[in-house]
Amino acid sequence: MKRLLTYLVLGFVGLFMLLPFLWMLSTSVKPAEDVFTSVEDPVKAFVPRETQWRNYGQVYDTTQAMGGGFARWYLNSVLVAVVVTLGQVTTSACAAYAFARLKFPGRDKLFLGYLATMMIPGAVTMIPNFILMRKITEWLTTAAPSVNWDASRVVSIFGRTYEAGRLVGLDSYFALMVPAMFSAYGTFMLRQYFMSIPRDLEEAATIDGCGLFRIFTTIILPLSKPALATLTIFTFMGNWQSFYWPLIVLTQDSMKTLPLGLLSFMGLYSTQWNLLMAGSMMMILPVIIVFLVGQKWFISGIQLGALKG
Amino acid sequence: MAQTTRGRATVAVYLFLLPNLLGFLAFTLLPVLASLALSFYAWDLFTPPKFVGLHNFVALIHDRDFWYYAYNTVFLMLAIPVNILGSLLLAVVMNQKLRGIVVFRTMYFLPSIVAGVGTYLLWRWIYNPDYGLINTIITGWFPRWLNDGIRGLGVDWPPQWLTSVTWAKPALMFMSFWTVVGGYNMILYLAALQGVSPELYEAADIDGANAWQRFWAITWPMVSPTTFFVLTMSLIGGLQGGFEQAFVMTRGGPAGATTTISYYIYNHAFAWNHMGYAAAIAWVLFAAVFGVTLVNWRFGGRIVHY
Repeated sequence: MKRLLTYLVLGFVGLFMLLPFLWMLSTSVKPAEDVFTSVEDPVKAFVPRETQWRNYGQVYDTTQAMGGGFARWYLNSVLVAVVVTLGQVTTSACAAYAFARLKFPGRDKLFLGYLATMMIPGAVTMIPNFILMRKITEWLTTAAPSVNWDASRVVSIFGRTYEAGRLVGLDSYFALMVPAMFSAYGTFMLRQYFMSIPRDLEEAATIDGCGLFRIFTTIILPLSKPALATLTIFTFMGNWQSFYWPLIVLTQDSMKTLPLGLLSFMGLYSTQWNLLMAGSMMMILPVIIVFLVGQKWFISGIQLGALKG
Repeated sequence: MAQTTRGRATVAVYLFLLPNLLGFLAFTLLPVLASLALSFYAWDLFTPPKFVGLHNFVALIHDRDFWYYAYNTVFLMLAIPVNILGSLLLAVVMNQKLRGIVVFRTMYFLPSIVAGVGTYLLWRWIYNPDYGLINTIITGWFPRWLNDGIRGLGVDWPPQWLTSVTWAKPALMFMSFWTVVGGYNMILYLAALQGVSPELYEAADIDGANAWQRFWAITWPMVSPTTFFVLTMSLIGGLQGGFEQAFVMTRGGPAGATTTISYYIYNHAFAWNHMGYAAAIAWVLFAAVFGVTLVNWRFGGRIVHY
């Protein structure tokens, strides 16, 4: 009896969680005229009268004029998320190793400095970083006038040309990727994990003549797989959904990542809810897949972060 | 020998540390100092910056918009205790050896993991006054007498949600409940509950305690460190929050009803080019976050019950 009641409660809450997603899916396959029909019966509003999967193709087609559209935004998002994740995990792991194992003057003070900055609201650093991106082309033009820093570049791949933005500054991959590659949080989390690894193995390796780099790659990193996997997944997800920073450094449609592309799509097709939902669906689907595959790391990662926090 | 080892070690230290340290200096530490300096200037990015002393901060005190947006921010944060309590109750229900618990956990966690522009767009559609999911349910399933009764009280019903000054904030709060209730906080509570010794509950059973008493006498105090942690993090997040959802769903409206402090900073810095004023607000926000953290450090011990 008690068990039945529990399942009822759990099922009800589950329905509450899933209902919005089902509504999203249902809207995304409805014909345009069905989206704006008042229906008396909510169940009928839910189940599409006919299923029109070509809405998804239509999202792709209608956005193509917007600097390449959905395909390009997808590519940008993947590119940015992958590069930033690789960069962040690498730089964090190296620095975490230095903080956890190597001795140098001022180490603990510096680490405290890292910790202190984790509390600072993003807006505080965002303003000067934006100014940097805004002004850096002017400064570089003064410093190295032989390069045209202000020009948008074009790359040619298999005979087709693609806009690739500026080298640095606003509307550049540099602005999207580089500032995001360094993370105090990642350094902190990995440092805590490295500290918990027993030192015996490294001491044995040192006696065998192993250098610091060998110890790092053959002992520390393999033993830290859970922490590295967790950081990788969290960083990837965070960057896939990243909104504020891309919003302020991007203006060109062709440079946009998915969240921003979706937003400009909304600006143009503000009432085509079936297409907007199809677009949203395409954006969150990879997140759902990554989550389902890497769920284990998520759960343990959350607990890891909280224990140390 | 010792000399060369140390020499090599120093080089290694710099090789390991340098990439991260340079990035940290360039994109975190220097910007923090720069924005502090900036808060004493007026700068529109086109004309040279002008030193104005404390003027930005004084202006902020007299800025009625700022206080309204601070009120909005705090209002939206009223959802935090509800969300946390919801997470705890959910975790209590889930903390049983039952088949299929993992499936439910996955379902509950999903909204928090996909939260972003995609789900904000989705909720904008759900809140559509004429064709959205919620108003379809209200008109389709709520009994006639109930809808008429509410309308009889002078409430605009079914609500216009995001376009109504009254309903826009509650709408965002309800969405935040959906987003976070099964997320990180619930996972943390589940872990905490698994650490509570079953003997405590057995002893309570022998004393004839009911479920209500067991919750308040055992569960609540035993998970209080988690509550403390979760509350602190949520408060810090709440103070800085509200920009993304408002930008996508309401553009801060209607009539500024969903503009938060972080949105106000965005407007000044990136829509109106008031760099100095924006930096001043950002630093005030930082001070508030810092204050919350300090209060928690100082008085946290009294909330944690064991």
